Order: sequence, then C-alpha cells, then structure tokens
Amino acid sequence: MIEIETVRLAYGDRTVLHDISLTLRERRIGIIGANGSGKSSFARLLNGLVLPSSGTVKIDGLDTRTKGKDVRRKVGFVFQNPDNQIVFPTVAEDLAFGMKNLRLPKAEITRKTDAILARYDMADMHDHPAHLLSGGQKQLLAISGVLVMDPAYVVLDEPTTLLDLRNARRVAAALDALDQTVICVSHDLDLLRDYDRVIVIDEGRVVADDTPAKAIPFYVDRMT
Amino acid sequence: MLDLYTPGTSPLHRMRPGPKLFTLMGGATLLFLYESLALTIAALALTFLLYRLAGIPPRKMLAQIRPLLWIFALFFALQYWLSGPMLAAYVVLRLATLVLLASLVTLTTRSSDMIDAMTRALSLLKPLGVNPGKISLAISLALRFIPVLAQITAEVREAQKARGLERSVIAVAMPVAIRTLKMADDISDSIDARGYRS
Repeated sequence: MIEIETVRLAYGDRTVLHDISLTLRERRIGIIGANGSGKSSFARLLNGLVLPSSGTVKIDGLDTRTKGKDVRRKVGFVFQNPDNQIVFPTVAEDLAFGMKNLRLPKAEITRKTDAILARYDMADMHDHPAHLLSGGQKQLLAISGVLVMDPAYVVLDEPTTLLDLRNARRVAAALDALDQTVICVSHDLDLLRDYDRVIVIDEGRVVADDTPAKAIPFYVDRMT
Repeated sequence: MLDLYTPGTSPLHRMRPGPKLFTLMGGATLLFLYESLALTIAALALTFLLYRLAGIPPRKMLAQIRPLLWIFALFFALQYWLSGPMLAAYVVLRLATLVLLASLVTLTTRSSDMIDAMTRALSLLKPLGVNPGKISLAISLALRFIPVLAQITAEVREAQKARGLERSVIAVAMPVAIRTLKMADDISDSIDARGYRS
C-alpha cells in the first residue's frame, strides 16, 4: 500500500503539487493530466527520486525520506524515454546493472537475464547493442531492467508516448501481464481503460479520483 | 567497443580480458623492440590465424583497418620518400598488425568484461582515493551514449537544415547541448532509480 499524506512539492518558489493525500491499494492505477500538471513529479515521489517539500510518502510503511534505498527496491521506475534509462552498451549488460546493485550472485543474474529476455521474445539478443534496438524493444528492455529487480510496484512515466501503435500495444500487453502493482502516468487513455482506478491531476491538485469509466470522460471534458 | 563484440565460443572469446590485454601489450612491445620486416610479416600471418581461430570472417577483419587506409597510404608515401620501399612497407605492416590485434581483443571481449577487468586493476588504487566503481560506470556510460549523442546531433542538424541553418554552429550546438544536459539529468535519475550507490 502507498500512503501519501498532505504532500506538497516545490522547486524553489514554484509549487508543483499542493497538499495531496491519497492511499493507493489497487493493482492498476492510472495518472492523467495535462503537460506540466505535476503528474510526472507525482510519479517521481513514489520511489523517492524526489522528496516532498512537506508531508510524507510511505511505501508499505517505508518513508521515502528515511528509507530511500529500501523504497527503491520495492518500487521500480520506468522513464518515458528508454534511451535515457538504458545505461549499458548491450542488452544483457544493462539488465545486469540493477541486479549487480542488489549484489545478486552471477548465476542468478544470468538466470534472470535469460528468463526475462525469453519472456519478451528477445532471447537471442544478449549481446545486441542497445542503441540498435527498435523503440518498442528499447522500452521492453527498460521495463525488463526494472522487473529483474523484483519490485512490488512498477511506476511508469508515459511508457508508450514515443512508440508507434504496434509497439505501444506490445508494451501495453506486457504491462497487463505483470503481477506487480502498476502505477502508470499516461496520455494514452486507451491504455488505462481497464485499470482499477484513474487519478486526474491538474495544476498540482487531484481533481478527480475514480474508475476509468468516470475519470477519463471527466478529464476529456476538462481538456476540451 | 560500441557494437564490435562478435559473440562466439572460441578460446579467444573464453580467455579473460586481463591476460588478453597483457598479451596484446607484450606483442606490441616485441614488434617495436625487434625492428624486422620478417618478424612483422610473421606477426601479421599469426594475426590472420588468430582471426580465423576466433571465427571472425575476413570481411569483418578488413573492416577494422578500412577507415585507416588513408593514414597507411600517407605513412607509406612519407616513409618511401624518406627511407625507401622496405622501411615504408615495414612501418605500414607493423601498424596494420597492431590495429588488427587490438581490434581482435575488442571483437572477442564483451565491454562489461573489459570494464570489470579495468575495475579490478583500478581497485589497486583504492588507497589513493580512486573509486573504481565510479570509473567503470563512467566508461560504460561513455560507450553507451556516444551513439545516442551522434543520433541527437544528426536530428538537430536535420531540424536546422529544414530551417536553412545547417551552417550555423550555434544553431546546432545549442540544442544539442541543452538536450544533452536534460538527458544527463534523466540518466542520473535512472541510475538512482535502479539502486546505484557509489
């Protein structure tokens, strides 16, 4: 469970999130909002990439302010642009990075690498240069790099924005199949239609928090 | 090292990077110590055999020296003019042998294995305050992001070309610098998010 209590987030004089309080228990949660609404900052609060200016964020009771390392083990984060997330030259090396940080034994790193690449039809791509992957493959590699660390929660910041329709559907299918709790920031409203809960953020405030059937039309009305 | 590694199971692939690098250094030293055309030709022949042993096709082997052919031609012409044909042939063959041997190390060694070897070697400098983990991550990031930066530069150049500004250094350099700095922020966040602690 993720508990967000009266969180305010400011960068200098600019407040980007105002007194947000939420409890997140559902398995599939979507976050939507206009550009600059604060939704990406909200997502970054969830694994301690940014800390609240006031208030607290707790992941299964762990405060992001004091238990940052433990929180990052629990909450994986997938960025919008996989090119900025893949930090090693080849596929297998990049997958190994997070696991080495967890100090997993080499045999386990190899086993998990093989398993995740087989899962996403990339079994023969261990030594493939990351910069030569397709957009969809890069995003799947970025997601894989998070999944091999066995997080309980996966937070994604607009994971399909840079992808064509086919690759966006491939990534959406991969997200659907995850056992983990998924919190997905997205402009792709179709991606969130089957989610359990959708939160609409506007100008740093939660303006709707409901089922997709109610929250998405509310957002569309507000934007048009 | 960007995308040169050629997967394989040959003895050269299985050899650890440290001994491979030391052998390369030893071979290069020998070639410079004994200035002999016969030895250089023998070393070149041995290099061809090693490529064959590693299962690397001749086309890929030639690709390693193709970008340097104009330098070889320049050296040959200069040495021919200064010292005659024998020394010119010797200098160029020696250089080609060294480049091919160094490329063979790269072609048969994963960048991660090479970086691990460097990290182990650098750990000797820990008492002097050197952090081998940070250095190896920096090398990995450089290898990973050279092609990404090239792609960003190509995109920006194309965009500026559409506006008729392809000859303006500032019009290309500024957006590239801004995108690179923004990317650096995201990469730093990404490394944090994946549990890296130096």
